[in-house]
Amino acid sequence: MTTRDAFLAKIRAAQPAARPRPELPIFPSPEGDLQTRFIAALTTMGGTTAHAHSLAEVKEMIAARFGADAVVASAVPGLEGTRVLTPDTAPASLQDVDVGVVRGRFGVAETGSAWFSEDEYVVNSIGYLVQHLVVLLDPAQLVDGLQQVYRRPDFESARYAVLVTGPSATADIEGVLIRGAQGVRSLTVVWIQ
Amino acid sequence: MTKTVRIDHAKAAGAFLQKADHVAFHDKRLWDLRSKRDAQAHGIPEWEALRNLASGIKEHTLSNLADYIAQFADQAGKNGVVVHFAADAEEHNAIVYKLMSERGMTTLVKSKSMLTDECYMRDYLEPRGITVMETDLGERIQQLDHQDPSHMVVPAVHKLRADVAELFGKTIGTDPKNSDIHYLAESQRMNTRPYFVREKTAGMTGCNFAVAETGTVVVCTNEGNADLSANVPPLHIASIGIEKLIPTIADLGVFVRMLSRSALGSPITQYTSHFRAPRPGTEMHFILVDNGRSERLALEDFWYSLKCIRCGACMNTCPVYRRSGGLSYGGTYSGPIGAIINPTYDLKRYSSLPFASTLNGSCTNVCPTKVNIHEQIYKWRAVIAERHEVPFVKQEVLKMAGRLLASPTLYRATVASLGGALKRLPNFVLYNPLNIWGRGRDLPEAPAETFHEWYKKNRKPAK
Repeated sequence: MTTRDAFLAKIRAAQPAARPRPELPIFPSPEGDLQTRFIAALTTMGGTTAHAHSLAEVKEMIAARFGADAVVASAVPGLEGTRVLTPDTAPASLQDVDVGVVRGRFGVAETGSAWFSEDEYVVNSIGYLVQHLVVLLDPAQLVDGLQQVYRRPDFESARYAVLVTGPSATADIEGVLIRGAQGVRSLTVVWIQ
Repeated sequence: MTKTVRIDHAKAAGAFLQKADHVAFHDKRLWDLRSKRDAQAHGIPEWEALRNLASGIKEHTLSNLADYIAQFADQAGKNGVVVHFAADAEEHNAIVYKLMSERGMTTLVKSKSMLTDECYMRDYLEPRGITVMETDLGERIQQLDHQDPSHMVVPAVHKLRADVAELFGKTIGTDPKNSDIHYLAESQRMNTRPYFVREKTAGMTGCNFAVAETGTVVVCTNEGNADLSANVPPLHIASIGIEKLIPTIADLGVFVRMLSRSALGSPITQYTSHFRAPRPGTEMHFILVDNGRSERLALEDFWYSLKCIRCGACMNTCPVYRRSGGLSYGGTYSGPIGAIINPTYDLKRYSSLPFASTLNGSCTNVCPTKVNIHEQIYKWRAVIAERHEVPFVKQEVLKMAGRLLASPTLYRATVASLGGALKRLPNFVLYNPLNIWGRGRDLPEAPAETFHEWYKKNRKPAK
């Protein structure tokens, strides 16, 4: 097996003369308010949005849409599901969950994405193994675009970080869009403070 | 794979061209991706500035690659990740097998990776008792059909729904007569998802960007299958080509903005996932793979191909690729990027690929990292001609063309007679075995007079 030193030495010997590292500018933001841009982008990615004033209202919303007997796993403090989530919950145990409820740390207006780490998810598989995902997002926690997102320190501490934009999708057969490829079949962003 | 077999791109493309409905759909579907890419690019005023930045960051990183890999490996180690170094495909595959067999694991559930395709990893693991489950729909279709991916982003784009229905009927037990796409996709979902939660299963992902600063691996998917592969099993293996390195997290603000816009014309993939450290109680292993990349890095004219971020934009825009299908390139990588990458692995085998191009330069113009693809295609032709890898017929035609183009008198006489000749040419001239260019192409309308004749009539020569 190749050692690290031999591996690196071969690459070092092959490298062309060093090129300078470009400065990264911040480009001006497009017009329009952040929430409007977020909704426009999320819609093209197949996600939907709703409003709620309280967690109780979110709970009613879930019952109305997915049925009173839906299996719900919630990673949001104050909103109880039918399945208790702790960091020790086995990831595979969420395979029979109908609805996952999570709160994004922030949203991205440019792309309609919500940001999560293991802190928000509690069990990372909740974002993918459940059938439907409900994402709570505070409109005050919207950032302009990806260039701002990737200047945030959140990536340095998170073991796992993800930008989620709409439901799981594929267009691998004849370009026909299918929602719910391997992951969640639907994604709803609920605006709540 | 036999080393000495020369891929005959034109012949293989000819087989694809026989299937008129496939060709028409393929052409339309890929051009649609190109159009969507344009709409996204035009919506961002700084698009060209981003391309310059992406190119500059990649050239900087590649020219300091050993240091960045060392930084990445050190950082990943501090994060609790085990880093492996694989000189070639064989070492990569052996590491994967060792990690799994030592833990008694028998199933590998994975997201799409061009690198593991390049390493022919499934062919290595499966005879050794490992079940490999490709969970990307397109890649799964190709796995079940024992074919290379025909496109880097949409691996089964050369197939129509009826092909998939027939294949799934034979392999995963669906109704072969039912070619409803929702039914097919849902069947694959139901067939695949149980693998994520199986016992004795490891998860694998590829890597779109490896961030040296933090030791983070970034993976972009639309299905969320990388997140399932990495977040459910107790072992996550990421296979990483060394050209995936970038210096910092901030650089992702350039690359992630461009990747899916260039690939599919969407602002971002549904999931952009950043893996830095294992979940508590689980293992994360990174395999850094060279497999010919350092040799390419040393090639003065060709190292720029390592800037490629595998978006497929060059394939979608290429008129030759759209009409010949990815399988005709005979290797893991197809299209314009395949035409410049594959010859670095095996010049003889892939010597026809740089000729599968009109040199129109569109590939270079849409490339988000400004790889000078068409210039490299041209340079490969020179290398291939020098090493006498050009087939005899093509050599003879090029010699004739060379004589013709070198003599203005001969050229004008030929062109002047061509107008009449084109109209009268019987098919055997067009389809004779010496005329490679004529195959699969229609004769153009000949103008009534040549430019030279028109010029003589309308302009007085300068005194």
